[in-house]
Amino acid sequence: MEPLEFNADFFTLFQLPRAFRLDLAELERRYREAQQAVHPDRFAAAGNEARRVSLQWAARVNEAWQTLKSPLARARYLLELAGQAIGTTSNPAMDSAFLMEQMEWREAAQEARVRRDPRALEHLRDRLAQTLEASFREVAVALDERGEYAVAAECVRRLMFQEKLARELDDALAALEDEEADA
Amino acid sequence: MALFQISEPGESDLPHERRLAAGIDLGTTYSLVATVKSGMAVVLNDAAGRPLLPSIVRYTPEGEIVVGYAAGEAQAEDPKNTLVSVKRFMGRGVRDIAHVETLPYDFVDAPGMAKLKTRAGVKSPVEISAEILKVARTRAEAHLGGELAGVVITVPAYFDDAQRQATKDAARLAGLNVLRLLNEPTAAAVAYGLDNAAEGIYAIYDLGGGTFDISILKLSRGVFEVLATGGDSALGGDDFDHRIFCWALEAARLPPLSAGDARLIMTHAREAKEFLSRHDRAQIACRLSSGQVLDLTLDAATFAGISDTLVRKTLNAVRKALRDAHLKVADVKGVVMVGGSTRMPQVQRAVAEFFGQEPLNNLDPDKVVALGAATQANLLAGNRSGQDDWLLLDVIPLSLGLEIMGGLTEKVIPRNATLPATRAQDFTTFRDGQTAMAIHVVQGEREMVSDCRSLARFELRGIPPMVAGAARIRVTFQVDADGLLAVSAREETSGVEAQVTVKPSYGLSDDEVAVMLKDSIRHARDDAQRRALKEVQVEAQRLIEASEAALKEDGHLLSAEETARIETAIARLQTLILGDNRRQITLAMDDLGFETQEFAHRRMDQNIRRALSGKKVAELDLPGRA
Repeated sequence: MEPLEFNADFFTLFQLPRAFRLDLAELERRYREAQQAVHPDRFAAAGNEARRVSLQWAARVNEAWQTLKSPLARARYLLELAGQAIGTTSNPAMDSAFLMEQMEWREAAQEARVRRDPRALEHLRDRLAQTLEASFREVAVALDERGEYAVAAECVRRLMFQEKLARELDDALAALEDEEADA
Repeated sequence: MALFQISEPGESDLPHERRLAAGIDLGTTYSLVATVKSGMAVVLNDAAGRPLLPSIVRYTPEGEIVVGYAAGEAQAEDPKNTLVSVKRFMGRGVRDIAHVETLPYDFVDAPGMAKLKTRAGVKSPVEISAEILKVARTRAEAHLGGELAGVVITVPAYFDDAQRQATKDAARLAGLNVLRLLNEPTAAAVAYGLDNAAEGIYAIYDLGGGTFDISILKLSRGVFEVLATGGDSALGGDDFDHRIFCWALEAARLPPLSAGDARLIMTHAREAKEFLSRHDRAQIACRLSSGQVLDLTLDAATFAGISDTLVRKTLNAVRKALRDAHLKVADVKGVVMVGGSTRMPQVQRAVAEFFGQEPLNNLDPDKVVALGAATQANLLAGNRSGQDDWLLLDVIPLSLGLEIMGGLTEKVIPRNATLPATRAQDFTTFRDGQTAMAIHVVQGEREMVSDCRSLARFELRGIPPMVAGAARIRVTFQVDADGLLAVSAREETSGVEAQVTVKPSYGLSDDEVAVMLKDSIRHARDDAQRRALKEVQVEAQRLIEASEAALKEDGHLLSAEETARIETAIARLQTLILGDNRRQITLAMDDLGFETQEFAHRRMDQNIRRALSGKKVAELDLPGRA
């Protein structure tokens, strides 16, 4: 068996194929097995050195799990491994139609918030979820089938915007709920 | 759930060689201590057969320290020296403490943490908590007939770094070896989950005397995984008492009260609250020091009304935790009620209504946390048998971040990240020739630094002068399984390093602990020395056992030369342990640690590969294993 380096990439760490399409149930199983082996609770009665190493490994395994289980983080990580720069979100190459669309989303969200209309927010959230799904399908094709990293990077840049918007919608919904509960 | 059965370092090969371990629930109002006896977790009673230990400490005029029921009796007559609910002050400044004006104590605002002036001198909440822990320790050792090898102490899941550190310091003062700080709802989930073989998503609603926690867990065979946690570390049964107290003052139009009278009414308020858990109305009747008689009747509906905002506050936290876990109410299979305050009918009703199901009350809400802690302590101490084996994956309750320009925070580790967690963040200089950089670590969810809790400030000096933006300063945050943070910073181009354990701003330094230890056993100064020596000897012995077990287990990972070096270091330590030179023992331990560093890495590497290859150890060809 190949020696396993502490700095091995997350796919190697979990002994999973390096791909965007991932068997999440298998990933979770591997994560738990890895934690079973390295978690500090296994070394509570051990020497300081073993405890320190266990802490480092367990943190590394957690980081790998967090990265691989989220599709956006996983896509970004794959691009990083492939040496493909994602560029910042202020990339001027971002196409203007997409930016316009983002503005419209934001305005709609703002309006729903001001109107205290959770239904409208939820509707936006559902629509956005569909958009996200479609984008992730594109990413999967670009990464796993065609090896088109630049295309995938472009998708990921959009996804970063869209996920941020999704979080904002969630926060707005949460704020409305709390207001309601406190009323 | 035996994935692979290798005996871990430090774990005894001989099954009968049990290590004595206990779980301690250090509560706001009551504390409990529990242990595992013949495979069953049990709460240990005091000599009078009472399981609860009131978390009350009194410094008497005779210079004695009384803890528990006896201390409680003196509350009204000696309020300033009888300290209750001190957990609320752990890791907190005077300004952080709710209703501070109604408390009878003389606070001294020490940097970082409030202290209390008593007739025995100024005491920190850490010292006072240590007195409670000492009694718990004595109780456990008397029952078990020997010295405790280690304990698990529970803390509210929503405790921040300062509060956790304070709890750990208190344990150190009480001479306890802390195997783990365990979150209270997680401890309850262990007790409940193991008892009921529960699987699925569970919510643990834990309303204690002074704190509220909500944890959402995914229970599956052998794994307790916390998905999200939330709460309020200053919301508990005490606040319900306080609502009744305020109601009583208003209803009876009372003038400003003496400290003793305030305590007296608070005690009656608490009794009324407890009475209302079983009855429709409660009487509050007592005679004040002025001779005035207070006689009021509080009915359940009025009580529910005056405490409604408190209950709603808990439900808001529940909502937030569910959202953080990306779950809906309907995903929750069961709601486990923990903490004495969940006995209040209005709490039961509100939780049932929110979740659309009757909450689970089949475990004693006072005891479940201590029982879970005892079970975990037993496991961590190495008293594991093949079948009981599980893994706890817990999370950090509050985000950790750094102050950036403009008084804003930049999050480095988000709340609900699974522990342990390590995260590095790069920063740069913003002025030409800048040679120092201040780093301010905060904990909390708000954007502004001033709204978060300040954990530590430190300065990275000696950055070589460069143009603005050229330096690369990597700040690494490491949060261990107890939720405690260590921060280090390093300038990458020059290698200038600053290592900080985030303690100085409020935690105790080793020197302070030494002074307190000496203080607490003033009349027997030698004892402190002897105890310190003994502690080191015990620790060294543990290290030797662990190293020997590791050699036996995994000696094949080492070359003959490496093995010889480790054996030499063990032998040297073995010899020194017999003597009384603490410093030499410590140095020899460091040496052994150094020699086993690489070994530890190789073993861990082997463990993880073995785990992932899904093979049981029995199927592996392991040399050196009988």
